Amino acid sequence: MQLDALDKELMCSGHVGCPGCGATIAMRFVLKALGEKTVMVLPACCWSVIAGPFPQSSLKIPVIHTAFETGGATASGVRAALDMKGDTETTVITWAGDGGTFDIGFQALSGAVERNEDFIYACYDNEAYMNTGIQRSSSTPYGAWTTTTTGADWKKLRKKNIVEALVAHRIPYAATANIAFPEDLIRKVKKAKAIKGSKFLHIYASCPTGWRIPSEMSIKIARMAVQTNIFPLYEVENGINYTINYKPREYLVREYFKLQGRFRHLKDTDLDQIQEMVNEDWGLLLRKAGEHA
Amino acid sequence: MKKVLEGSHAVAEAVRLAKVQVISAYPITPQTHIVEILSDYVTTGKMDAKYLRVESEHSCLAALIGAQSSGVRTFTATSSQGLALMHELLHWSSGARLPIVMAEVNRALAPGWNIWNDQTDSLAQRDTGWIQLYCEDGQEVLDTTIQAYRLAEIVNLPAMVVLDAFYLSHTYEPVDVPDQDEVDRFLPPYEPAFILDTKHPYSLSPLVTPNAYMEMRYDIAMAMDDALEQFDRVEDEFAKIFDRRYGAVEAIDCEAADIVFVTSGTVTSTGRLLLEELRPRGEKVGVLKIKLFRPFPVEAVRRALGKAKKVAVVDRNFSFGASGIFAQEVRAAICNVPGHPPIFGYIAGLGGRDITVQLLEEIYFDVKGSDTPRKESIWVGLQEVNRAT
Repeated sequence: MQLDALDKELMCSGHVGCPGCGATIAMRFVLKALGEKTVMVLPACCWSVIAGPFPQSSLKIPVIHTAFETGGATASGVRAALDMKGDTETTVITWAGDGGTFDIGFQALSGAVERNEDFIYACYDNEAYMNTGIQRSSSTPYGAWTTTTTGADWKKLRKKNIVEALVAHRIPYAATANIAFPEDLIRKVKKAKAIKGSKFLHIYASCPTGWRIPSEMSIKIARMAVQTNIFPLYEVENGINYTINYKPREYLVREYFKLQGRFRHLKDTDLDQIQEMVNEDWGLLLRKAGEHA
Repeated sequence: MKKVLEGSHAVAEAVRLAKVQVISAYPITPQTHIVEILSDYVTTGKMDAKYLRVESEHSCLAALIGAQSSGVRTFTATSSQGLALMHELLHWSSGARLPIVMAEVNRALAPGWNIWNDQTDSLAQRDTGWIQLYCEDGQEVLDTTIQAYRLAEIVNLPAMVVLDAFYLSHTYEPVDVPDQDEVDRFLPPYEPAFILDTKHPYSLSPLVTPNAYMEMRYDIAMAMDDALEQFDRVEDEFAKIFDRRYGAVEAIDCEAADIVFVTSGTVTSTGRLLLEELRPRGEKVGVLKIKLFRPFPVEAVRRALGKAKKVAVVDRNFSFGASGIFAQEVRAAICNVPGHPPIFGYIAGLGGRDITVQLLEEIYFDVKGSDTPRKESIWVGLQEVNRAT
């Protein structure tokens, strides 16, 4: 497979991610697509640690680590300063986890994209607060065990649909992507880079530690999330024009769920119910895209 | 050129003259006049700057952290709840060694909702690593804002220019607005040592283990100590060009005073009137104005209060479970000086209640008639309250 991206690595070995970490794979591809003229804003997330402790860094681009809820705002400031210095060429990207995006950073993100700040906001989604030890977030899917949704209290609420929330802001570009589909991911990053204004990328990034899966299953499970329609690949331009990039239905939801320890407690009836929820969400997306099942 | 300016507009003029490049702001009374006029300056081209109209004070300071880290001069203004919301990022700005300058208009904290003057908002941020400068009048506000950039950029620490709500922010006074070339001679362009730069890709504010964190904190402590010395140098340079200086403290008739008042902000002006009132009557009274609160000018305070028989600190703020905050600082500064005078702490003017010359006079005679403070904090001007049972 030949990727349309830099041969050069902007992420080094020696980072401190867990084996099989989807967030590191996502970072590697995104940087290959963006190239060296990139400034990264990094609010608190797994990557605050993965990047490595002072005085080392596993990233060969300038990075500003910043407070948990400030991804959208800090990037706005970086962009404003670069513009004042006449540098409109450098890409500013916020790289945040699902907690920093769906939950604590949502206000700053909403504010930044409402102002249509010229930057990319990339959320690598591992569906819980993994850095602090697998606590539930509003991105945690229905059915999941986390260390704050244990036993009979497994999460019985839907995952927040973050892309639709961003689409509602009518931003120039919002898209989903997945570490198991690198060509699609790289194409979307490059597309986002070329568009002026606010761009949002929702990147599915599996977490062997938190999902209770073997590290060598990281890519397979990420791929199955798309193949089951649990995490459809699509993009939305200007809040209106939907394009679905992949229409699979190669696996049933239960096959994806059965592979992961975080869903071990679910009964067949639960899985049937989740299948219905996934079907409903997929149907909704098809209607938005003006397509039929 | 002399102009009649509101205190808020004196801040805005200074920000224009400092050639600030990124402004970020969120509205809160009573600082809004500052950021309204700056918005107009940017829109009409009086200033060449980006103006970020953010969705909260928290995002406001986060945006400035991003901008300043990219190598430009920045500004914001806030008050009360807004400053409290910024708290996390106040620590962040000093920890990241960013010389951000902010105007903070002292306003009471809720509940109940109160937009009037009270210093507890800024003083509650005393441990965040920001330089704090309390101003007395419009000219001092303009001069201090320009000086704050110079000082902050020398020591790489953020600075807060503090002014009283309404008494200063909304009061019109004649203010000498300097020419741009004069300010340029005093304030060189901002040249940070480390910025976000794709040619030299640093990682700013990363994870720090116990191996290095403490040394980084010690560096901040040293920088704050250095700010005390640099403040005098900055004032010297400023005085050479503008022929004005204020001092970290100003001792007014303290030399021969038995009782010295300690004041800050506009209460100092009321204190000056008190001296005009009492001195002709043979009362040996002085006023020590504290302008620089962080770093706290311990030696200067000791020198000014050393000869006094009694000290009366007027605090328009309160730290519950302790005392007035200036009183705490003054006590801490002189507690190791043998034979130091007793410190009387008075709480007055909270939530915008007026502090009049008469009130200060009452305090004066209360101190004069007491050998030692009867309480750690004496609340003055309290009214009878009918409490619900």
